[in-house]
Parts: sequence; C-alpha cells; structure tokens
Amino acid sequence: MNRLIVNKIIIALSVFSALFGIGVLFWILGTLTIKGIVSINWHIFTHDLVEKGIRNLIIGQFIMGILASFIAIPVGVAAGIYLREYNTNKFGEILRNLSDVMMSAPSIVVGIFVYGLLVDPIGHYNGFAGAIALAIMMLPIVISTTDSMLSLVPKELREAGIALGGSKHKIILQIVLRAAKVGITTGILLAFARIIGETAPLLFTSANNQYLTFDLTHQFPSLTVSIYNLANYPDEASINLAWAASFILTIVVLIINLLGRYITRNKG
Amino acid sequence: MSGKLFKNFSFFSATISLILLIAIFTTLYYYASDAINTFGFWDFITGTQWEAGEDDEGGIFGGAIPIVGSLLTTAIAMIIALPLALGIAIFLTEIAHEKLIKPVSIAIELLAAIPSIIYGMWGLFYLAPLVQKYFGGAGIGLFSAGVVLAIMIIPFIASITKDAMNTTPNVLKESAYAMGATKFEVIKDVVIPYAKTGIIGSIILALGRALGETMAVAFLLGSVMKFPKNLFDTTTSIPVILANTFSEAEDLELSALFYLALILFALSFIIISLAKFYFLRNKEER
Repeated sequence: MNRLIVNKIIIALSVFSALFGIGVLFWILGTLTIKGIVSINWHIFTHDLVEKGIRNLIIGQFIMGILASFIAIPVGVAAGIYLREYNTNKFGEILRNLSDVMMSAPSIVVGIFVYGLLVDPIGHYNGFAGAIALAIMMLPIVISTTDSMLSLVPKELREAGIALGGSKHKIILQIVLRAAKVGITTGILLAFARIIGETAPLLFTSANNQYLTFDLTHQFPSLTVSIYNLANYPDEASINLAWAASFILTIVVLIINLLGRYITRNKG
Repeated sequence: MSGKLFKNFSFFSATISLILLIAIFTTLYYYASDAINTFGFWDFITGTQWEAGEDDEGGIFGGAIPIVGSLLTTAIAMIIALPLALGIAIFLTEIAHEKLIKPVSIAIELLAAIPSIIYGMWGLFYLAPLVQKYFGGAGIGLFSAGVVLAIMIIPFIASITKDAMNTTPNVLKESAYAMGATKFEVIKDVVIPYAKTGIIGSIILALGRALGETMAVAFLLGSVMKFPKNLFDTTTSIPVILANTFSEAEDLELSALFYLALILFALSFIIISLAKFYFLRNKEER
C-alpha cells in the first residue's frame, strides 16, 4: 500500500509544479496588464521620453532590433547551411558546439565586449554598437535553428536535385532551403522576439536617449534601458511609464512568439 | 564560380562563433590587464575591498563579494528550480492528459520568452514586498533574487528534461508497468535513468544561464558591496555590479570590472562547454 501512496504524492507534486509554472505566468501577465493598462494613454505614444512618452523608445528599440537582424540573419543562415550541408569534418563539429556555447554567453558580457570594441575607441555610446551587441546575441540562435531545420529536410530531396544535375549550391538554395523555409522563419521570429527584449547588451553600447533620433553614431533611445532607468526613479509617474513600457514590450514579444508557433503549426 | 563563393561565404559565417569567442576573450583581457597586473589572480578573487583611490587614482579592488554573491544566488535558484522543473517535465511526459500537454508546454515556453527586465520589474514591485511581509528584512536580497532567477530557469530545465524523457522507448516503460510498477517507480527506475545525461546537461546549462543573468536580479539583489549575513540580506553579484557601476567607473576600477566580466565569461564558458560537449552531445542523433 505504501508505494501506492508514494506514487500519489509524487503525482500530486508534479501536478503542483505544472500549476505553479502556469500560475506564475498568469501572475506576471496579470500584474503587467493591470499596471500597464492604467498607465497607457495616447500621450505616451505621441511623445518622447523627455516629455514622459515612449514614442522614441519604441522606434529606437525597433531600429536596433531590425539592424541586428539584417546582420545576424544572412550570416546565421549561411553558417547553419555550412554546418549542415558542407561540413564533413571534426572542425565543423567544433564550430557547431561553439555556436551553442555562444548562445548561452552572458548578455552583460556581450554588452561589455562591444563597449570595449566599439564604444571606448570611438569615445561615446552609439546606436550602432547597440545593434552589433544585439546581432551577437541573435546569431547563435539563427545558426542553431537553421542547422536543425535543415537536418529535417529528407535526404531524398537532395538526391533528386543531384539526379537533375543541379550543382551543390543550387540544390541548397533552391531545394533544401525552400523545404526548410517555414521552420527557419519561425526560428528567426523567435530569435527576434528574444533580442528585442534584451537590456543588458544595450546598457553600455547604445545607452539611452531622451529624444527621437535616427543618428546611429550617437546615444540611441532604447525601450528596455529606459524601463531599467525609470523603475529606479522614486516618482510615481516614472514608475507608471516603466509599467506601460513593460506591458507593451511583453505584448510584442509574446505576439511574435505565438505568431512563430502559429506559422509552424499551419505549415507543419 | 558562384558556388565556390557561396561555399566560402558560408564557411566564413560558420567560423564567426569561433572568431567572436576569441575576440571576446582578447578584448576583455586587454581592458582587464591593468587590474590583472595590479592584483594578480588569487588576491583579486579573494579580495573583499572595493574602494577607488583619491581622485580615482589607483584604489583597491577585490572580486570576492560579487563572486560569492553570484554563486549564492545561482545555488538558491537551482535548489528552488530543480524540483519544480523536474515536476513539470514529469507532468508533461508521464501524467498530463493528451489535450493538456500542448497548452501547458506553450505556457512554459512563454514563461521562457518573457524578457528578463520584466522579471526584474515584477520581482521588485510584487515579489519583494511579499517576501518582506512574510520573512521581514528589506524584501530585496538573496532570497528574492534567487526566486526570480529560479522562475527564469525553470522553463529551460523543464523543456530539455522533457525532451530527454520523451526519448525513453515505450517498450521499456510498458514492461515495467506489466511487472506491476507504479507510475512513480517507472519514472524513478526507467525514465530518469534513461534520460539521465540529458537531465544533467540541462541542469548544467541552466546553471550557466543563472550565473550570467543580469536584469532579473539587478533590481533585486540590492547591489551592496558586502557579504550577506543571512538568506534575506542584500549583497551583489558579478552581473549586478557590472550593470550598476560600469558606466561611472574609470581607470583601475573600470579595468577591475572588465576583470570580473572576464571571470564571469570564463566561468560560464567552462560550465556551458561541459554541458554541451559532455552531456548533451549528439542530441540530434539520439
């Protein structure tokens, strides 16, 4: 009888764990929604941080995220292609593992590295350094998704391409990559959702800017860095603005995530 | 011709991780060299003083407090996260009804998708007051930071562990059930031993993540340069001291901060490599 009781206890604990996970998710989302909705108004979308709005922050964060994607996606997809389609030796295996290791590199260290590389030599914070730091965070995710999505493409497709007399890079670009397109797109969306919410890589690279600017050679507005600064202020208005910004950031990140999953489900 | 070009481009792209890794180590070492030459290794990691000199000239900088703080927050987070993450993985692989698996998995994955700054905000304004109410103290401190960190790494451990557990062949489980084993016995004696390396790998990977996590704990640890006296006391950690003092530091202090960043990077590099090369290798081939 004893072991049946132990069994029940373990099952109960396991169900409790799952409930705890879901509970925390709804707790966080719930508080964000309550705090966020009361702080959101038309004013914050039409004014910049200097006038207690977040317009410039959203635009700045988005620009850096997009720029990072423009760097990380072509390089990352190409790297993934190399690792899966060309790589035949031990060196490629090492590169694959190193890319996985880079995926878990502490984000604050990436920020400090880019500070040493692109901020200190130039002499001031700049938006370009912020985009590079985000690209470094994004790259390993894109590499690993491309790599694993290509591994799901059946060998027969490649063989059919060879039988048609296609050259290797034509087969890769026109057959294999197309077959893996949906999975790679999802991976890229998830990677974008990840970097758009990053704070630590931006603290000492783009830093922050109170005004709307498109000049990437100087301090650049960032939504996440602003949340960090605003939450440290003692006044209610700043903290409410931080909540509004947090709410919007989370909604965007979660929507991109769900969108990614939706695409895969419909095609897969 | 363009085939060759394409191959070369993709080869160069693939080496970017290696190039970045070397560049990060070199850059951090370059900026840290002042502090390395001044304090050496043992004196730095055992030094408990962090004081700038007169007019920012010189000063004494030791990393013992943030290093200990990092290890403590990570340890607390692991102790909290491990049983809960294992519970979730067991729930998803062995217990949940088929209709429940999908929504619960998505919920756990969304938990992983929430940006860490949001965890920091939530921890500061909701968790810390709760901790203060029930345990006293300032609310912020080791325990609050550990809890938020735990919530952040639970999805990582749960999702890798779940995948590892799912690889257990049904035949093995069914044989055990046929012998009259209970669900718990099947999990304990069949599933967990079978998925052992994957589980250990996920734990080590989460350890590396927790060690380097910054924004979730930056609000919550207190950012005070002292050893904590108890579980609810404030202290600092490597990421927190970096986030909060880096932008105002100069000269030797800046160099000492780079030294801390180098130590953090080396630590997480070793931990994650161990997980990847030793425990999670060939995960695709399995």
